Amino acid sequence: MKGLDARLFQIAFQAVLLTAGVLLRDFSLLPLQMALALASAAATQALWLRVFGLIGVGYLSPLITGFGLSLLLRADSLWLHPLVACLAISSKFLIRFRGKHVFNPANFGVGLALLGLPGAWVSPGQWGNDLGIAVWLIGFGALVAQRARRDDAAFLFLGTFLGLTAARLFYLGHTFERGWDIWCHQALNGALLLFAFFMISDPMTLPDRPLARRLHVALVACAAFCWQFLYYRPNGALWALLCLAPMVPVWDAILPGKRHNWRGNRLLQNIVAAQGKMWR
Amino acid sequence: MKNLFVVGALAAVVGSAHAFCGFYVGKADANLFNEASQVIVVRDGDKTVVSMLNDYKGELKEFAIVVPVPAVLQKGQINVGDKKTFDRLDAYSAPRLAEYYDPNPCDRRQYEMMRKDMAGSAVPAAASAPMAAKALGVTVEASYTVGEYDIVILSATQSDGLETWLKQSGYRIPANSAKALAPYIRQNMKFFVARVNLAEQAKTGFQMLRPLQFAYESEKFMLPIRLGMVNANGPQDLIAYMLTKNGRVETSNYRTVKLPANMDLPVFLKQGDEFRNFYKSMFGEQAKKEGYRAVFTEYFWDMGWCDPCAADPLSPDELRKAGVFWVGAPNGDAQPMPQPGQPRIMPRPPMPGGAQPVMLTRLHVRYTPETFPEDLMFQETKDRQNFQTRYVLRHPAKVEPNACPEAKPYLDGVVKRQESEAQQLATLTGGDINVIRKKLTLPPMPPQKPWWDGLWK
Repeated sequence: MKGLDARLFQIAFQAVLLTAGVLLRDFSLLPLQMALALASAAATQALWLRVFGLIGVGYLSPLITGFGLSLLLRADSLWLHPLVACLAISSKFLIRFRGKHVFNPANFGVGLALLGLPGAWVSPGQWGNDLGIAVWLIGFGALVAQRARRDDAAFLFLGTFLGLTAARLFYLGHTFERGWDIWCHQALNGALLLFAFFMISDPMTLPDRPLARRLHVALVACAAFCWQFLYYRPNGALWALLCLAPMVPVWDAILPGKRHNWRGNRLLQNIVAAQGKMWR
Repeated sequence: MKNLFVVGALAAVVGSAHAFCGFYVGKADANLFNEASQVIVVRDGDKTVVSMLNDYKGELKEFAIVVPVPAVLQKGQINVGDKKTFDRLDAYSAPRLAEYYDPNPCDRRQYEMMRKDMAGSAVPAAASAPMAAKALGVTVEASYTVGEYDIVILSATQSDGLETWLKQSGYRIPANSAKALAPYIRQNMKFFVARVNLAEQAKTGFQMLRPLQFAYESEKFMLPIRLGMVNANGPQDLIAYMLTKNGRVETSNYRTVKLPANMDLPVFLKQGDEFRNFYKSMFGEQAKKEGYRAVFTEYFWDMGWCDPCAADPLSPDELRKAGVFWVGAPNGDAQPMPQPGQPRIMPRPPMPGGAQPVMLTRLHVRYTPETFPEDLMFQETKDRQNFQTRYVLRHPAKVEPNACPEAKPYLDGVVKRQESEAQQLATLTGGDINVIRKKLTLPPMPPQKPWWDGLWK
């Protein structure tokens, strides 16, 4: 177990979630959409690996992106998922700074789809608030996050966001009972937990230095809160992470730290780091 | 007040947008659900028009309604609408029954549809005690009489004060109102308070209260259902007609679920009130199954057409009355009116510089104070896949078993089909399969022989 790549757990968990979602939660996702997303992500990865002559790099990352997009994105056509998967993976290879990709691929893909593509949407309420699901998410999510050694990100995000939510409820003058009900309702939001455990905790797109990472995550949580509760728009967390991603290179410049490496991916990191200098 | 009422190349399109060629024969409208509030929410960008209809049945003089609104509304932003608008939207979007007739298996001709056209078928409170109002932290921002309603727009600094003010001014509001009002005050919202002006009401000649409409701009796309729960006992129903330009509307803080639809059901549903009863118990069963935690989509369609049509789409004039502000003014270049009574109306090609589309999402929610702790927040998606709660009846052909070689297998198939339709119905409604079988006049299931019976014969 110890030698396994943390991403394997993440993939297994995402697959379980998707299956549960499609079977029990009436997702408006077609199996074909999911298959196309995965296939397109893998094909795009293969293409770029070949273009850049990268050897010994696996296909875990496109799988994660493909699953992530299937979990998040809804579309009324079949072409949208593969297109977005292709753009997402390409962003990982093309939008880099000092050998490190700037955007979380799934986050980038969803943002692009919502902004510019017809017939794409995200249903933040689709998970419902069932306690069981939330517990599962937390349990498995924590496992994945811990193995990726960026465990502080998920919990820091949740702590900040839900802390602000609680403060808002208190400020609004709800009775304790009501406030607690509402807070639980918000804290058990499946979409929020998914974001915390699988998107913001992605070690590749967070600042390297722990202090910078914590500051960045807290900033994302604050922005997400403002988006959602001051401007009353849905999907605050997704937009906050996307808009603040360009801050990460700045953090790394001010507070440099040790780069994260997926186990078994050292080769890629070295090559990419070397090439990153050239691409810049 | 008895009712503090607030409503508160692979471009294949996914889903069931196929043209449909059955005929509409029945519908289950909103009247079915007791104590269902109905709202129409029209929204584009931040511009919002809300119409609210309630089924208040008590004394008119006791009626009052308190709605949190984002800003002080001017008189021109408030209107008394027509209940007919709700009836039309309801009829157009109601769950529907469609029927097909099997072709005679002995008849080689392409089957011909049998056409059956069934479609179609008090002193203003503001005047009193301004000093007291000030002391209570309540400011009467405006007061108007619109139609049969006396309306005041209040702002408040403390919920206790607001509750006291409302009580002093003769509004009968429930005891726990202050607690429910507080969060809206903190969000700097104003309160739209209306009650019936009996003299004006008498002049209108209407027996029942007409819907109130108001237009405002707000970044919040929500309905304040929580306030209406202050004195709720048991689950409440809300039917919301959401009219937008771009796509389907769903709740962003609760699950939005499509009701089970587009399935074959036993043909007896056509008789009398069977379909209405079916729909009622089906909705109840599904809501219960979701633990009263989900919002159901009953209909989503471009208002330009329908297939099958439970009723004609609304005319541009009717849409404007519903608050759809982007539809041309009555005398402008009006859209061609659909011919009344058509079983289906197909989409028109978009006209150059033509009218903006109007999309209708019909949401139906049964909520309890425990399962819906927050107000409903909505978002407009870019989803344009049509959806309707349509149920299909398939009439078997009348044919003798020995009329032709195809007849026997066909009739066997019909029996199997009817059995599965009956089971479908039982599953959907949580009903008793045997009662359904009786109604179907299906032959009772032959007693199951033990597995070993006939083994050694």
